[in-house]
Amino acid sequence: MKLQSAIQFASAAVALAALIVIGPSAIAADSIDPAADAKAFQKYFTDKFPRLELKDFVNGPYSMNEDMRRQWQEKEEFPPYEFSLEAGKEMFSTPFRNGKTYADCFPNGGIGIRQDYPYFDGKEGKVVTLELALNRCREANGEAPISYVKDDMAALTAYMAFTSRGKPFDIKIPNDPRALEAFEDGKRYFYTRRGQLNFSCASCHVQNPGERIRAEILAPALGILNAMPIYRSEWGGMGTISRRFVTCNIQTRGVPLEPQSDEYRNLEYYLSYVSNGLPISGPGARP
Amino acid sequence: MAFLLLTPYNSKAAGMNLRKMPLTEIRSTNPVRVPALALAFAIGAALLTGPARAQSAASEGQKLAFDRGKGNCLTCHVIKGGDLPGSIGPELADIKRKYPDRKDLVAILNDETRRNPQTVMPPFGRNRILTEQEIDAIVDFLQTL
Ligand code: HEC
Ligand code: HEC
Repeated sequence: MKLQSAIQFASAAVALAALIVIGPSAIAADSIDPAADAKAFQKYFTDKFPRLELKDFVNGPYSMNEDMRRQWQEKEEFPPYEFSLEAGKEMFSTPFRNGKTYADCFPNGGIGIRQDYPYFDGKEGKVVTLELALNRCREANGEAPISYVKDDMAALTAYMAFTSRGKPFDIKIPNDPRALEAFEDGKRYFYTRRGQLNFSCASCHVQNPGERIRAEILAPALGILNAMPIYRSEWGGMGTISRRFVTCNIQTRGVPLEPQSDEYRNLEYYLSYVSNGLPISGPGARP
Repeated sequence: MAFLLLTPYNSKAAGMNLRKMPLTEIRSTNPVRVPALALAFAIGAALLTGPARAQSAASEGQKLAFDRGKGNCLTCHVIKGGDLPGSIGPELADIKRKYPDRKDLVAILNDETRRNPQTVMPPFGRNRILTEQEIDAIVDFLQTL
């Protein structure tokens, strides 16, 4: 192994050891400190990539080196997600059969609010993601829910992200033991190995960002949701956060969860919170 | 393309497994249903002796190592003769000198987390991604590097 990557590996191991949770039952709510976690998490990445500014991390694999960054700039000249953005805008402004629109379901008419999702809903006692809130809006207005992993959901979230570009992630964890437990549960999911290939999310996105897995460059976990949804050339289309989680689980020969299951919602809560302060950049384009 | 990166896809040549079968098993198969090419391979393998046999195990090992549905080692390692390698693990070169005892290589393939709990290398033996024989063949291949 090259010396540099050996060092990176060793420091990843140390950071991971510090972050990994010993066991589910050992966690008492008062030992959960999201703010300290987020600080350590961000420091791990800025130490690992000292030449990147915090906001640079939101470009995923494209942030990882000069060559990739150039490819990204070229791509942004003719953004491949434009069709989806258009479709999303259209959907967003088309009234439901009852005459209401998506705008009626969200604060500020749904404009410029992507950075506030997911949030912890005190009444329900659970995390609510943007994708989930969109389907709840549909159902509350008598419309059938749409697939979490298909184009319509990607289009809607693309439009909502676009109206929020540049706004820093502002995820809140209220002082409620259930919210803290949701955060901790998402963190546990992120660092737990699973699947026949025995990977955790962190194996790839914390231990090996910037490395090639086959021909793909692994995105850093910091800022990993800021660009969602994404157009992937490899998919020949758009993908939501749900689609990406399911895909990454399948790649490790694990059993993917249902989109918007409690675990995925908590995972999204954790990953978004530790990226607080980094700007929304979605929709994104990826190789 | 790369979406398949860790998911199995079947590129196994028809003759590959038959080649490892003992002759008795091949005889008991209905000869009409054994593809001619596979049969030729099988007979060929049975006739091989000594160094030639080791060589054939090594080339079988190479196939298993490169097969995306099997070892898929190129996902993480540069290996001579393989395309589109990843950069997560060290280049696999000079292995025979580094690990003269094949037992060490078998152990790494079986479950590298025992040597390094933080490793991302999958436990091929422990999680039954590869059989004992497949690991053996890959180790034969590694020793040619
Ligand atoms: C075996 C490696 C591997 C594991 C384990 C893995 N991923 Fe990924 N992930 C990838 C690859 C490859 C990509 C596509 C390239 C990239 O953007 O990183 C990707 C992309 C992503 C992206 C989109 C990033 C972007 O900017 O395009 C997200 C979000 C993500 N993964 C989340 C997860 C989560 C959550 C888990 C655990 C449930 C996980 N990944 C586990 C390999 C992995
Ligand atoms: C997902 C990544 C990954 C895959 C797939 C993988 N390895 Fe590894 N391998 C590693 C890493 C990382 C190391 C470095 C040592 C460690 O992490 O403990 C390693 C180390 C090794 C070593 C020791 C090398 C040395 O110089 O000390 C050998 C031999 C090896 N791997 C063989 C294989 C073979 C053969 C396969 C396929 C059957 C394979 N690996 C698949 C990641 C991987």
